[in-house]
Parts: sequence; C-alpha cells; structure tokens
Amino acid sequence: MSAKQNILAKLRNSLTGTTPVADNFDVELVTAPYTYAPEQRIAQLRKQMEAVHTEIHLTSGAEWPTLLAQLLQDRQLPSLLIAPTTPHGERVTQHWANNPTLPTLKAYDRPVEEWKAELFNDTPASLTTTLGAIAATGSLIIWPTREEPRLMSLVPPVHFALLKASEIRDNFYQVQQEFEWARGMPTNALLVSGPSKTADIEQVLAYGAHGPKDLVVLILEDQ
Amino acid sequence: MNASAIIPTVAVEEDFRTRAHEALGDTQLRNNFRSAMDSLMTKRAASFSDAHEREHLRALGNAVRARALSKLPDLLEQLEHNLTRNGVTVHWAETVDEANGIVFSIIRAHEARQVIKGKSMVSEEMEMNHFLADRGIECLESDMGEYIVQLDHEKPSHIIMPAIHKNAGQVASLFHDKLGVEYTKDVDQLIQIGRRVLRQKFFEADIGVSGVNFAVAETGTLLLVENEGNGRMSTTVPPVHIAVTGIEKVVENLRDVVPLLSLLTRSALGQPITTYVNMISGPRKDHELDGPQEVHLVLLDNGRSQAFADSELRQTLNCIRCGACMNHCPVYTRIGGHAYGEVYPGPIGKIITPHMVGLAKVPDHPSASSLCGACGEVCPVKIPIPALLRRLREENVKAPDTPHKVMRGQGSKYSRKERFIWNAWAKLNSSPTLYRLFGFFATRLRALAPSNVGPWTQNHSAPKPAARSLHDMARAHLAKQGDR
Repeated sequence: MSAKQNILAKLRNSLTGTTPVADNFDVELVTAPYTYAPEQRIAQLRKQMEAVHTEIHLTSGAEWPTLLAQLLQDRQLPSLLIAPTTPHGERVTQHWANNPTLPTLKAYDRPVEEWKAELFNDTPASLTTTLGAIAATGSLIIWPTREEPRLMSLVPPVHFALLKASEIRDNFYQVQQEFEWARGMPTNALLVSGPSKTADIEQVLAYGAHGPKDLVVLILEDQ
Repeated sequence: MNASAIIPTVAVEEDFRTRAHEALGDTQLRNNFRSAMDSLMTKRAASFSDAHEREHLRALGNAVRARALSKLPDLLEQLEHNLTRNGVTVHWAETVDEANGIVFSIIRAHEARQVIKGKSMVSEEMEMNHFLADRGIECLESDMGEYIVQLDHEKPSHIIMPAIHKNAGQVASLFHDKLGVEYTKDVDQLIQIGRRVLRQKFFEADIGVSGVNFAVAETGTLLLVENEGNGRMSTTVPPVHIAVTGIEKVVENLRDVVPLLSLLTRSALGQPITTYVNMISGPRKDHELDGPQEVHLVLLDNGRSQAFADSELRQTLNCIRCGACMNHCPVYTRIGGHAYGEVYPGPIGKIITPHMVGLAKVPDHPSASSLCGACGEVCPVKIPIPALLRRLREENVKAPDTPHKVMRGQGSKYSRKERFIWNAWAKLNSSPTLYRLFGFFATRLRALAPSNVGPWTQNHSAPKPAARSLHDMARAHLAKQGDR
C-alpha cells in the first residue's frame, strides 16, 4: 500500500462510527466588531497601517501621478518599476512623457529569468495597484496578474501602492464573500499590511527584513 | 519490559533533567526568556482587549478545527484533488525519512544545489537541513531567527521566535565571527546584514522550501503568514517551491481561515494580522512572468495518525502553532526551549512530541509541568493541554501487559515498586481498619521516619508524621466538650 493509502486508511479507521462535527460558523463574530461606517473606513485603515510604519497619502484620480513623481524625487529614487499595460501603468507613462526630467521608468514586461539580476540589484522602487483593502486589519489586497506580476510588490525596497477609497472593505470575511474567492483563487493572492518587518532579535522591531523597507499607499479619495 | 528497553529511557530522562538543571543556572538565558515572554504575554493580552470576543473566537476556532479533524481523510482528498487541478503536485509521507526522500528526489530531478527555506517547523521535524547537507546540498534558513540559530549550529528554542534565547550582543558576536562583519549591537544594522546575505541567496536558490499555516480543502490553497517577506521570497523567486506540512493542517473552507488567522496572529505576537498573508493556489501559469514553475506539497504523518486514533488525544492536532502556550508556561520561561531536546518545546511540545518520537524517548515531558493550567487557558483553539498531560502521565505508567496500545513507548515509566506502593496506598485509604492501624503506628513510630526521601528532600525538608493524628485530636477534643 502507498503512504497515501496507509494514512487515509488509519484516519478512516479512527473515525469509524463517528459523525462529522456540524458547521455552525458564526459570521457575526468575525464581522460585527469589524464593521465601519463608510466615512470611518479610511481612518481605520490609516490607523492600522500607520501603526506599522506604512506611509499613507490622500490624493485623487487626477492628482496621483504628480504626487507619485514628487515622492520619488523627495526620496531621490533613480527609477520606478511599473506594469506598462495596466491603466495605471499607462497613466504613469503618459505623465512621465510630459515631464522628461523624472526618474527612469522600468517596465516589467518579460519573464523574470530574463532580468532577475536587474530586478534584485537595480530596481529601487515599484508601483502596483491593489484590489482593495481591509479596514479592520489595515491590509492591502494584492492579486498579482500576468500584467502586474508577484515580485513587483516584494523585491523593490520601496513599494508604492494605489488604493481606491471606494474599494476599502470592512473585514476579511466580507472580502472573501464579495469577491467570491471560494469559487476561484488566482495562483497567488496576498494581504499586505505594512513594510516587511521582524522582531527576531531580542523582540526589537526592525523594518525592512526581506521585503520592501517602505510601503507607500496612495489613496484615491474620489474613486 | 526487558532491560535493553529501559536503558535508553533512563539516559534520556537524565538528559532532560540535566539540561533543565543547567538552564536554571544560566542567568543570561533566564533573563532573555523572562523578558521576552513577559513582553509576548503583554502584547497578546492587549490584542484581545475584549474578553467576550476572545472567548467566543476561541470557541469558534476550536469548532473549526474539530470540524476539520472530524472529516480529515475526506478533506485531505479534497485538498489533493483541488491542488492537483491547480497544477500542484501532492506527495504523502508516513515518516520523516519518506518525506526527506521525496524532497531529495525533487531536488535531484532539477539537479539543484541550493535550497532556501522559509520558516517551517515540519522541516525541523524532518531535520531537512542535515539530511540535505549530508548529500552536498546547501539548505539555508531565511527567517532571521532561523538564520541566526542555523549560523550558530543550534536549533530553534521557540516555534515563533527561534532565536529568542539570544540577546542582541550574542547575535552581534555571532555575525562578527561567522560573517566577518564589523561588530554592532544595533538591531537595525544586524537585520540589514541578514537582509544583504539572504537576498543573494534568494536570488541564487534553485529550490524554495516553506511550511504551510492552513491548507484550504475547498479551494486548494496553501496559506502562509509571516512578517519578514522571506516566506514570499522562498515561495516566489526560486523556480521550484516545495511546501511541507503535517496532515492536520487542512481546514474545510476558505472562510474558516478568518477566525483562525485572527487567533493565530493575536495569540502569537499580539498583532491584528501579520505583514504578509500569502495565499498560494498554484504554480506560474503559462503566460505569467514570475512565480515558481513547479509547486509541490508534501503531507507528512509522522505520528499524527496515532494521536488522531484516540478521540481525547486527537485534540492535540487542533494546534495552529501560535506558541502562546509556551509564552505563558512557567516551566518553559525558566528552562527555555532547548532543554526539551526536541523540535517542539513547551506545553504543545510535551503533548505532540510523544506521538512523533515515542513516549519512551521523552518520558519526562508529561511530568515537566506544574499543571497550573495557563497553557489551556490561552490556547486559541482550546486544546485542553493540562488534561492531555495528565492523560500522557497515565499512558506513561501503564503496565507493559496492557492489551490496548494507545501510543508508541507507552508504559516507559512503569515501575512495579511504584505500582505496588500506589496499590497499597489505595487499600490503606479505603479500609477504615487498616487506616487506623496505620495512623496508630505512624504517630508512635515517627522517630523512625527517614530523613532522606529521594528527590523530594533535594529541595524540601523531609516529611515527618505528627505526634498525634487529626483523628486522635478530634476524638480528644470531642471528649473534652462532652465533659463540660
């Protein structure tokens, strides 16, 4: 018999004569304490994310490329990685075209194997969008795609994330239900709740462990 | 039991006691643990400020885990079905040797030389680092704490905070000695040193290994929580990702993760959520630009099905590995994680390890507890740890001819002398005549009471019977009252 058959046979044998425990999942318990009035959501998200060193800026659908450019220049970042075929990637490209002195744009437009060294060693910042956010825990929902791959929100030391205010949800349960996640998950889905951190040495909190050292969220209040 | 079976047991027994005794005398170690555990307890308490919510959430967490275990074989098959559909290869292993063999065959198929590992306690069970090193393959830990202990040829002393037994000065010396960097006690600088070294390793690695926090049967999703990003790096950058996990880690529905995740991060570190919650449902699709081309899941039994076979001991498998039981354990806080000598220290270690290595190898585990109950009170999935410890104590002294075998190594502390004494004690206390006779002689012959009664008198004064028994005095008292 194979390992699988042996394991399953042992488990089945141990359950002989028993009935499965009923599913009495208490939705109230995981939603009621984590439900917010629409006007509270940004404040709640902000409180949670700032508590773990996330930088948050309120801006608008029209203004954000200008703000992004300003933030890049303030930090003296030499380049920005974008997803060129996404709507926000196109907005950035357009804005940059009109402002030739801005930091260089890099496009994630080929398999990682073709430019892994450059991604790791010479890509100081990236911009991605988000699928929304969770106010209760201060988490961005990131659902990488072919156009905007997984490593964009992980390898560059500074990660800029766009978030539409209307897409801030209350809690994780609500997000799963609204997006019908149980019916299909992508290859990789992420909740990101701040820059990378660790307290592994003497419980002292240090930021910038392996992922981004800085997470900068641009909230588009009018979208 | 024959003599050859007793000898190794005794050796291990002395080992634990010696290690515990040495740890108690190590002031540095005790300070490191005391301050870390105090801080973790405070953080947990603060994150569960609403006791009503906390208790209901624990009940829900318990119900979710109990439901998953009540359907475990079906859920494992559903998980395999959905993962396979998503393009993940699922492997099953009854023993750690089988699991290592599976991992090694994947590594060989890719002619891989370098493995980078996210945090995985199951890979510690497998001693994967050693196994691969013996075969010329570098297997490097990437969690900062795990990296530190690996660099010092140690094992983790805590399941969440592997290097908690070291202070910054000790890490500074270690990095200075092993990495040749300038000595610094600045934690930010130390972390940046680790970041630099390990980034290069993420970049080079052929294979990434990780654990799994929850495996969702409904969607075929492997969920990993972490703060550092090393888990995401290990599972996203190398061309092949191998996840290793115990068969009990499966949950039925995606929504079941909601309460468990909240309980896990709050119980472990007092955080509402970890920085990253990484949900992996498959390898890179044809058109995608990054992510591993292959994802494997190794499901390991390693004694879990033994715990599963007994409905009381099965509750051991509710565990979501938060570490709260050790953070609140007065024994763990004083002796640290290494004294236990096994992968899982503290209260959860005491109830899970006997199933993995056999009770005979860890005969002192069930009794290294004051049964204060703190572990059971804080457990986010309500494992009755003190009750299970008492149960293991019973299994530990079962007569060797007991027909029903509950676990490997049961009865390893069985002693005919001890059994005889307990039987005699029971008889004495259930027979009034015998009891009075005993009281008569014990009080009159009190001068003969031994001054040395084994381990008890190492730390206590010897017990001496009173000159008059309570019965005697009560009788006298009543007689006196009758005179009035």
